[in-house]
Amino acid sequence: MAMPYYVSPEQMMQDKAEYAKKGIAKGRSLIAMEYQDGVLLVADNPSASLYKISEVYDSIALSGAGKYSEFENLRKAGIRHADLKGFMYSREDVTARSLANAYSQTLGTVFSQELKPMEVEILVVQVGNNGTSNEIYRISFDGSIFDERGYAVIGGRAEAVQIFLKERYKQMSPLKEALSLCLAALENVTNQKLPLEGLEVAVLARDRAGRKFRRVPAAEARQILG
Amino acid sequence: MPFFSDDYHGSSFFDYLARHRPDLTPFGRGSHPSAPLGSSPEEHRGAAVPPVAHGTTVLAIKYRGGVVIAGDRRATEGFQIADRRIEKVFKIDEHSAMAIAGAAGPCIEMARLFQTELEHYEKLEGIPLSCEGKANKLGQMVKANLPMVFQGLVVLPIYVGYDLKRNEGRIFKYDVTGGRYEESDYHAIGSGGKDARNAMREHFRKDLSEADALNIALRALYTAADEDVGTGGPDFVRGIYPTAKLVAGAGIADVEEARVRSLYTALLDTKKKEG
Repeated sequence: MAMPYYVSPEQMMQDKAEYAKKGIAKGRSLIAMEYQDGVLLVADNPSASLYKISEVYDSIALSGAGKYSEFENLRKAGIRHADLKGFMYSREDVTARSLANAYSQTLGTVFSQELKPMEVEILVVQVGNNGTSNEIYRISFDGSIFDERGYAVIGGRAEAVQIFLKERYKQMSPLKEALSLCLAALENVTNQKLPLEGLEVAVLARDRAGRKFRRVPAAEARQILG
Repeated sequence: MPFFSDDYHGSSFFDYLARHRPDLTPFGRGSHPSAPLGSSPEEHRGAAVPPVAHGTTVLAIKYRGGVVIAGDRRATEGFQIADRRIEKVFKIDEHSAMAIAGAAGPCIEMARLFQTELEHYEKLEGIPLSCEGKANKLGQMVKANLPMVFQGLVVLPIYVGYDLKRNEGRIFKYDVTGGRYEESDYHAIGSGGKDARNAMREHFRKDLSEADALNIALRALYTAADEDVGTGGPDFVRGIYPTAKLVAGAGIADVEEARVRSLYTALLDTKKKEG
């Protein structure tokens, strides 16, 4: 029997991280941004049916960048987790924080124990209600979790988008401004004009009763932009 | 329970729950979700289903743009009134509602589970179930409850949905084995169901207006309450009235209590005049 090669843990983690980062950067960017009446989610996604943004619960949405099949499995797990919790206790007991923690645990375990890490980065977003603030959690491929304020970007050239937004983002801006800023940021890093049909847009609107998640079709996005 | 397990790939919350947390289903008992308590299946062979005696009247009636679904508010325990304000009509999603007759606890749990089931499917699949699909799913849930029926815990629903493809309201009734039957015009179940059905038969015609259908529904509940001890009528002293919902193409809406009250006030006025 051949002796297995020795690979130092540092080297192994580094290789895995590089592998995952490469996979995630291959895709396109996705932005979550707080606006006056809630949280806006915009993804550069040419497919009209394979979604990157999804409803999870009354005031919680999920979006992911990276490998679609892996994200899809995580998305389903999240919805099951949320629905089970809401059914077992009550609707108000389902929180983005607990969901983000579950994702962090899962991604962390897979990263350290499996041969292949997950090539996904995730945003868990919750719109605040009755004076509580919005919550945006970014969970990285290795399970590290970040509590973001104002806006968050994942996938593709996320850092470039972030730099673009940093100079221009304003708190409490109306939906129109937030949407056009997201569009400008995505166009800036891709160096091309993006058709609204090629965007996936959704909002978590605070003023809606019950389920606050709503997809914004291209025609409506055009109307909002005026 | 593991957060991320891949041994279940379906889109049904009900199946997921039955697999992972059977104790949380309305008929679940720990590790043996379908085993009846304290008796073997053999003992049930040939045993008659206990008489379905649950004090309630719930009904549904079609009109031009949808369906009215309504129910009384009384819950009974033997000859005692257990609750005067219980709700028996539940909004399930934007285009459907169900009303239930049977043991209150499992009934309410089943309604809640059905709500979660439809929402869960919609979120996982990206599109809602068809009206027919929802009706069939409810049938499976009623069927799963069959072992509990032998212990006297009957759950019998009426399901009402607006079929967006056919552009019409639809009414489904069920039997204890999960059999699903579509009704073309109206239906009522519960101990006062027969009285309500008779009352509706007198006045029903095709293409009723919304106001007429609501009027007939509330009248039928009044008649049922008149004939049946298990059914509560309008209570002007405490201000408790039957509840009704309208399931239509634009979505589901509650009929406001004020509207129900004024319809009953008018009905009683005419009854007094008639002597």
